[in-house]
Amino acid sequence: MDHRSEDLGFLWDHVWLSAVPVIIGLVIALPLGWLARRYTWTYPPLMSITGLLYTIPSIALFVIVPPLFGLKSLDPLQVPIALTVYSVALLVRVVADGLASVPDEVTQAATAIGFGRMRRLVSVELPIAVPVIAAGLRVATVSNVSLVAVAGTIGMDNLGRLFDQGVQLSTPTAYYPPIVLGIVLCVLLALAFDVLIVLGNRLLTPWRRAVISQ
Amino acid sequence: MIRFESVTKRYPDGTVAVDALSLEAPSHQITVLVGPSGCGKTTSLRMINRMIEPTSGRIWIDDRDTATVSPPELRRGIGYVIQHAGLFPHRTIVDNVATVPYLLGQDKRAARKKALELIERVGLPAHFAKRYPAQLSGGQQQRVGVARALAADPLIMLMDEPFSAVDPVVRAELQDEFLRLQAEVGKTIVFVTHDIDEAIKLGDHVAVLRVGGKLAQLATPAELLADPADDFVAGFVGRDRGYRALGFETVSDLPLSPEPTVALGSPLADASRVAQDGWILVVDDSGAPQGWLSVGNGAAPPPDTDQVLPELLHRGGTVAALGGSYRAALDAALSSPTGRGVISDESGRFAGTVTATQVVSLIDARQAATR
Amino acid sequence: MISDVFTWLNDPSHWRDSAIFDGIPTQLLNHLRYSVIALLIAAAIALPLGLLIGHTRRGGWFVSTVNAIRAIPTVGLLVLLAVMIAPHFHGRTDLGYLIPTEIVLVIIAIPAILANTYAGVQSVDPEVRDAAAGMGMTGSQVLWHVELPCSLPLVISGIRSATLQVIATATIASYLPLLGGFGRFIYDGYHQQDYAQMVSGGVLVALLAMIADLLLATAQRYAVSRGISGRYAKSAGGATTVATVEAEVSAV
Repeated sequence: MDHRSEDLGFLWDHVWLSAVPVIIGLVIALPLGWLARRYTWTYPPLMSITGLLYTIPSIALFVIVPPLFGLKSLDPLQVPIALTVYSVALLVRVVADGLASVPDEVTQAATAIGFGRMRRLVSVELPIAVPVIAAGLRVATVSNVSLVAVAGTIGMDNLGRLFDQGVQLSTPTAYYPPIVLGIVLCVLLALAFDVLIVLGNRLLTPWRRAVISQ
Repeated sequence: MIRFESVTKRYPDGTVAVDALSLEAPSHQITVLVGPSGCGKTTSLRMINRMIEPTSGRIWIDDRDTATVSPPELRRGIGYVIQHAGLFPHRTIVDNVATVPYLLGQDKRAARKKALELIERVGLPAHFAKRYPAQLSGGQQQRVGVARALAADPLIMLMDEPFSAVDPVVRAELQDEFLRLQAEVGKTIVFVTHDIDEAIKLGDHVAVLRVGGKLAQLATPAELLADPADDFVAGFVGRDRGYRALGFETVSDLPLSPEPTVALGSPLADASRVAQDGWILVVDDSGAPQGWLSVGNGAAPPPDTDQVLPELLHRGGTVAALGGSYRAALDAALSSPTGRGVISDESGRFAGTVTATQVVSLIDARQAATR
Repeated sequence: MISDVFTWLNDPSHWRDSAIFDGIPTQLLNHLRYSVIALLIAAAIALPLGLLIGHTRRGGWFVSTVNAIRAIPTVGLLVLLAVMIAPHFHGRTDLGYLIPTEIVLVIIAIPAILANTYAGVQSVDPEVRDAAAGMGMTGSQVLWHVELPCSLPLVISGIRSATLQVIATATIASYLPLLGGFGRFIYDGYHQQDYAQMVSGGVLVALLAMIADLLLATAQRYAVSRGISGRYAKSAGGATTVATVEAEVSAV
């Protein structure tokens, strides 16, 4: 049996299913987070809604999404949609907090120098907010890797299927290989994402590594 | 009495924070440790209550070696006041003040009652008791910190830059209140500050430390100003030493000259009539001086009223009290628009005027007598 | 489908136990039972540990390592342990699936409680700690009277986070045969292609999670001293550090 190509297929699916929702989530969360900061009256309702969405366990979200979006009950699309909702729920708060972490003196200085609002956001506030946002992205991607595997239990194609196979093959005696392989690959994938984001954070924030010269 | 016996603090990386320090802080008096950053003043203070342990040497409180008592027990008998008060944010003010009595197992109700008394004693209104530290300003929090240190009625108090974190006006108030309180309670206090003026104002004895933790000079403030031990101390104490020393001696038998006065609210016409050189001293109903009024001379535009009102007064001149220092008397004369310094008696009523020349003659005479 | 879900939830037969079906109340109790046991054990381990590490300020590396547990897929761990342990329990098969589930739930809950408790103790103003020690409090008195009350907001936040993750993972545990809880509706619905049941299960889980979170949020509000929650003058400022974000652990 040619496991390797099938397993690689699962891995590839898993990569996409973990990464794409976070990226889309960030794209949606950036304007929402900015909105929450700019128009402070939107902050409490936004935080309540996202907080509420975030309390819903992933598997519940997976099965609730199709009826709400008019999909078939086990449509593969439910996973990316649900995970995007999750990522947005987490990242809106992170973006808002990241922008809040920019010291007031800095934003005021930028305005006084003559930066327009858009330019100030892009050239000053966002770069300074990167560490906080990066921390949130790490949480989002690592948890996504685990959540995608959960979808394997309701038949979606990804590394979670390996666990399913392991269970099927484990009667009468335990059959470990697919299970262990699944766990190892998930952990490595999570670590890989984590490292990527940390590196990205480093690249985008060279000033944090600056050593005070004597 | 607190005694340092050749106390040294050396850190593992080799830095010597305190170097064979020996000094004595007399009982019931304020000893100030002062010096530039890195002189070991805070380290020395914190070795008294063993927040930092000495590398060598001993510290005695009366006739007990601090090393022989367990640190928590030692500290419960010592009041400790730090820069930002360090109040417990989760407890009310009254519970903060009563912390040590609670720790010592005293009756809660009695402890609370004592805490309320102390809160008022440090100059805070009684209704602050139920508030939380976050609701108080920095100066108010510092007062609570002092109250908390006093709650268990310790014999000794250690104070680490307690007034440094507030603005100058509040700081001066706190210092004055602190002196008033000390006059009432007479604790043995070791006080750390980096501000030489605060040291001179508050200390009965001042220990100047130099960088590296060595004692440069231990003396009373007057001695420090008059006779600094070396260049470092002289430089640290600063300029205007002669002038500042004038603040320590009280002047007796100031030669007072009489001065015509006019009361607030009396007609301006009266004022003009009585004024000698275009200026008249204005007093209130109880005879306390309010300020000088400029009349005649044509310099000021004609006022809209015909009464002597507070808004018209010149406010530059300070008022010195009888029984005050040479410095205060001299300043009254120098700051007065007429050259005649206003002197008031103990109850605040106007007593007479004195000129700068007269005060300086007195100073000269005193210098000659003590030389 | 939405109307089907309403129908399913309103069907009284779904609220009763029968020979082949455990009703909603029973599954609720099961779900709560699995969750509460795990949370109590995890708290018993992680709270004292977090307080100790935070108080002595040694062993922060341990907290970071434990945080790495988040990278392990919960389903994988569940399946692994189930496959290892269940065969030993032929005859008492319920325990055979319950034990690996509880182990996984405890493992899931510990990082959130530990990280937040540690962060909470760390967040206590060093000046307050200094003043407490200077007044003559022993180490344990400082911990109990000062550090713990001041770190309460973060500690409870950690418990909230852990509760959500445990409720979520307990749902997935129903992937294993014979285990109860609301996840049973999801997986049975999936296998029987009874999608109304599946989605109803999801709705029930979502409601359970939201109510639990609401209860804990209320507890948080009332347990924390008013002096800290800032229900007075001081304005919050709102700046979050990287550490705070990492302390906001995700749900499964």
